[in-house]
Amino acid sequence: MKILVCITHVPDTTSKIQFTADNTKFDTTGVQYIIGPYDDYALARAVELRDQASGKLTVLNVGEADSDPTLRKALAIGADEAIRVNSVPKDSYFVAQQIAHYAKEGAYDLILMGRESIDFNGGMVHGMVGELLGIPSFSPVMKLDIDGSTVKMVREIEGGKEMLEASLPLIAGCQEPIAEWKIPNMRGIMSARTKPLNVVESVSQETQAEASKYELPPAKGSVKLIDKDNVTELVKLLKNEAKVF
Amino acid sequence: MSILVYIEQAEGNVKKTSLEAVSFANALAAQTGEGDVVAVALGTIGQKELAAIGKAGAAKVLHGADSKLDAGVIQAHASAVAQAFNLIGAKTLVLAKSSLGDAVAARLAIKLNAGLVSNVVELPKTDAGFVVKRSIYTGKAFAETTVTTDNKILAIKKNAIDLKQDGPDAKVESFDVAISDSDFVSKITATERATGDILLPEADIVVSGGRGLKGPENWGMVEEMAKTLGAATACSKPVSDLGWRPHHEHVGQTGIKVAPTLYIAIGISGAIQHLAGVNSSKCIVVINKDPDAPFFKAADYGIVGDAFEVVPKLNEAFKAEL
Ligand SMILES: Cc1cc2nc3c(=O)[nH]c(=O)nc-3n(C[C@H](O)[C@H](O)[C@H](O)COP(=O)(O)OP(=O)(O)OC[C@H]3O[C@@H](n4cnc5c(N)ncnc54)[C@H](O)[C@@H]3O)c2cc1C
Repeated sequence: MKILVCITHVPDTTSKIQFTADNTKFDTTGVQYIIGPYDDYALARAVELRDQASGKLTVLNVGEADSDPTLRKALAIGADEAIRVNSVPKDSYFVAQQIAHYAKEGAYDLILMGRESIDFNGGMVHGMVGELLGIPSFSPVMKLDIDGSTVKMVREIEGGKEMLEASLPLIAGCQEPIAEWKIPNMRGIMSARTKPLNVVESVSQETQAEASKYELPPAKGSVKLIDKDNVTELVKLLKNEAKVF
Repeated sequence: MSILVYIEQAEGNVKKTSLEAVSFANALAAQTGEGDVVAVALGTIGQKELAAIGKAGAAKVLHGADSKLDAGVIQAHASAVAQAFNLIGAKTLVLAKSSLGDAVAARLAIKLNAGLVSNVVELPKTDAGFVVKRSIYTGKAFAETTVTTDNKILAIKKNAIDLKQDGPDAKVESFDVAISDSDFVSKITATERATGDILLPEADIVVSGGRGLKGPENWGMVEEMAKTLGAATACSKPVSDLGWRPHHEHVGQTGIKVAPTLYIAIGISGAIQHLAGVNSSKCIVVINKDPDAPFFKAADYGIVGDAFEVVPKLNEAFKAEL
């Protein structure tokens, strides 16, 4: 079985978000980059499925050279090879086109990715790739098992979950608890150095919706503390000042 | 030219977030002079419920009543909405950001060659181009996004616009959806919903508990508060990881993102990953015994105290007031 996992290269969840150049550029000062947390779930499940089915696992990222350490980490976690599409990921549509192109070339049986990136939080790429390839897409998927040619999934819906069945090939946007995150071990880190990381050029430059300017939310005023022995004061404030009910 | 709104339903009831999308479309139509708002609703829904979509600002509802569309099969819904879009010659589609909405919108972006913006927080600027403000970095920033395509799709974040409630009933028309087998290659075999509760992603008030509550046996007072306030219950990630509460209650970076009017956090430290899922709440109340808990920095109101002492008293105070 051939599995493709698409990963994002994103600021660590604890990063302070700031912008420069008149709020047109993300300020990378002091920011550590990681594999998107949802992509980590996709990768972990893909490693398990590849091991079960003795297939091949490829990871793909659309990004510039600074993504390479992130791809090496994915190789250390267990991917067999990596593809980096050498381009700035301009918008979801642009990224989806690159993925669809390489996915078609590689004829993958299963494509996994995170439900959304944690920078732009679009949650759109899996559906776009599905439509571009003419195959089903599912998200957010919290369980995925393969039984012959049938894929059994559990998808989260508002306030519950949905049990689904479909056939390969398909695409799933993953989230927990699909698998436990895997941490690279020494052997993985060593072998990652010799695994192929192929850099390819983007296939098209088309975009549909690009971010042009950024803004931070207004600074939060300081908290109003209420004495623990005077809880009725809180109820009054919620009613008369915050007007929440 | 009309603006189309995709309506989501659960067991025949139109979702409030979809009505917010209708109100958004209504305000957008007024701003751009783009004509009226047409909603498309799929599956088994009563006529009264459909006509009531008018209150939120839709002039007309296209109803694809085929019961095969009751369940939200992603491909089938995407195909049906594309048919409605083409039928009315719309250029703009508005929907609520949700797990189904996102999945359907992404496929439609390709089908309709439409620039898609998700997590939209306010009406677009349309005087020079089409510039949409959306929430990014899990609520820690906003981006202005320029949409360059003729067709456009906007997925609206909950609570981004006031719900219009004074419109006349909408005209309901039946809509023949051409259903193909290829739209049903996937099969929903079962659905499990939290019953009787207020659904967390749509709740206006959320009462949330963290590891500070020590164990699942102490959730009674959290549930009692939620019941008094008509709120949904939620929790931090360790609480669901420990199995004290179901997974679908976990909010934050890796869990559900909520944007209620009021978020009450009890015994939650306020780690950045938790805040990422709740920082769009309009008002945040924190109860924590540690005065240095980071959550107090994000809170509007706070009580420094032991939850086991404060919450029962607060429950009595809420009951007396409401
Ligand atoms: C990549 C990543 C993603 C993550 N995603 C999420 C996420 O989506 N959601 C999430 O919640 N977390 C997430 N986390 C975990 C997060 O970092 C914190 O560990 C978690 O939010 C802490 O939960 P907590 O506040 O309930 O528990 P704790 O950190 O243990 O805090 C408990 C709090 O309760 C207080 N307390 C204790 N006893 C009492 C009492 N009797 N009365 C009042 N207060 C009391 C304490 O003072 C403390 O502040 C993520 C972490 C990582 C690394």
